[in-house]
Amino acid sequence: MHPKRTDKIATGIIYCLVAMVIMILIFLLGYILINGVPDISWHFLTSQAQSFSAGGGIRDQLFNSIYLLILTLIISFPIAIGAGIYLAEYAKDNWITDIIRTSIEVLSSLPSVVVGLFGYLLLVNQFHFGFSILSGAIALTFFNLPLLTRNIEESLNAVPNLQKEAGISLGLSEWKTITKIIIPEALPGILTGVILSSGRVFGEAAALIYTAGQSAPEVSYTNWNIFSASSFLNPMRPAETLAVHIWKVNTESVTPDAHIISAGSSAVLIIVILLFNLSARFIGNRIYKKITAAK
Amino acid sequence: MDDIQKKLQQSSKATRQERLGKSICYTCIGLIILLVACILYFIASKGIATFTRDHVNIWQFLTTSNWEPGNLDSKGRPMIGALPMIVTSFSVTLLAALVATPFAIGVAIFMTEISARNGAKFLQPVIELLVGIPSVVYGFIGLSLIVPFIRNIFGGTGFGILSGTLVLFVMVLPTITSLTVDSLKSVPMHYRQASLALGATRWQTIYKVILRAATPGILTAIIFGMARAFGEALAVQMVIGNALLMPKNLVSPASTLTSKLTTDIGNTVMGTLPNDALWSLALILLLMSLIFNMIVRFLGKRGNIKNAS
Repeated sequence: MHPKRTDKIATGIIYCLVAMVIMILIFLLGYILINGVPDISWHFLTSQAQSFSAGGGIRDQLFNSIYLLILTLIISFPIAIGAGIYLAEYAKDNWITDIIRTSIEVLSSLPSVVVGLFGYLLLVNQFHFGFSILSGAIALTFFNLPLLTRNIEESLNAVPNLQKEAGISLGLSEWKTITKIIIPEALPGILTGVILSSGRVFGEAAALIYTAGQSAPEVSYTNWNIFSASSFLNPMRPAETLAVHIWKVNTESVTPDAHIISAGSSAVLIIVILLFNLSARFIGNRIYKKITAAK
Repeated sequence: MDDIQKKLQQSSKATRQERLGKSICYTCIGLIILLVACILYFIASKGIATFTRDHVNIWQFLTTSNWEPGNLDSKGRPMIGALPMIVTSFSVTLLAALVATPFAIGVAIFMTEISARNGAKFLQPVIELLVGIPSVVYGFIGLSLIVPFIRNIFGGTGFGILSGTLVLFVMVLPTITSLTVDSLKSVPMHYRQASLALGATRWQTIYKVILRAATPGILTAIIFGMARAFGEALAVQMVIGNALLMPKNLVSPASTLTSKLTTDIGNTVMGTLPNDALWSLALILLLMSLIFNMIVRFLGKRGNIKNAS
């Protein structure tokens, strides 16, 4: 066949493939939103889940998801930033660094169900944390750490070396240079990464089934005592998140309106994740404009 | 005198800060390594208990297809054969990668060679959003759309490898695409210029030069996608049917390693044989993830040598 014709055909096929992928996404989002949004009501968001009758809401699951996300970030962010600084600034090019990078790669490619099972083994059974928000948050930390570390390392590396040289030549210690010059400069990139990883944590379920548990006991939102079993702040209580809830009502529960609940919950989940994505994009763009002076 | 000497010999505030900061960073990195070591150790030690403590034959575990951990067979050995799950796991993984790869390569070519502007503007967000959709949502869509669809076309229950493949295909697509984009982007510009200067058409350049040069990178991308598909649990579990049978065809209910784990581990008692057997499945998952990792490293090294020479 004539090369020009092959070129045309190939280009056509590629356009088709691209169009199909875009259509898949539009279809997926459309399906979730069109099916789910009509089911979202104030009642749905603010009432308790029902196990045997229709009309249950997702109040506790929604709160648990958010609480778990915050706890996970509190635990994982400091470790990730320390590790990120190490990799970006201190790590030498030798076998130790090689081992470190390999272990981070291994950690990031572990199936989340394996991470969840490990959490079950170590936290729930060995440390006697039980099925609790804390166990869940630590398990999610394993899952979140490699992604966050790599993102922070990349953001730190993206800061021009001149900045560091200038800091050091002013007589600042290396640590001061890093904390006072490089980190502020890299902050936007780090922030974008944190928001994107929050989206992933928010929707994660496999690692949570056997760490945070699948039950959402009744909690009181007026009890601020963090040690009380019925307090909404107590990190030692079992907590079912939104994503786990969707999985459960579809596979194990006997709720008659499972389809409505999962459609509504999926829509809530997707909307939250869309918001995360949009805000990450927005922050990224704004910072890019600020740095490059492009209007 | 002593005072001055002390002052001079003492480390300065900046030095102390430096040391403290450094040690914090080292602790963090140490923590991560410790974590990985812990995971490997715990899962491995639980996983081999089936063979060391319960004296199950590894070969029997891997090659027979009866999974009834509570019962004994005619020779008095526990019936744990993981073959059906292993076969199903590999089938969905391979099929999903097979379906996703052409799409991924097409999109990646579009984003790097045909229209980088539109690629960055429209396709980048599409891919990010596909990554962002949680796996349970994929599972839910699979359950409420794909399963009935397949039931209507092929009969049966609709649960099975085909449904699993279709769900996983969308889930691994963004992974393979974004890594393929990276590897296409790393092909040096002068390759393209040289090829075009020789009078090759755009497709000839793409097919004969760029794709060839990027092959190790594309293979890495596919392996990463397969690793993700192999470890995916909930979405697959919701559409695969969870029947402990050797899969006969693409539309009969089956179960994967991950789906078996998620459904059963809560129903068995710690330390008993049925429970140990499940941990052995987790060990297989872990080992497979490590093997995928090693393949990626191997391919990466080969790719580097190629680019350097």
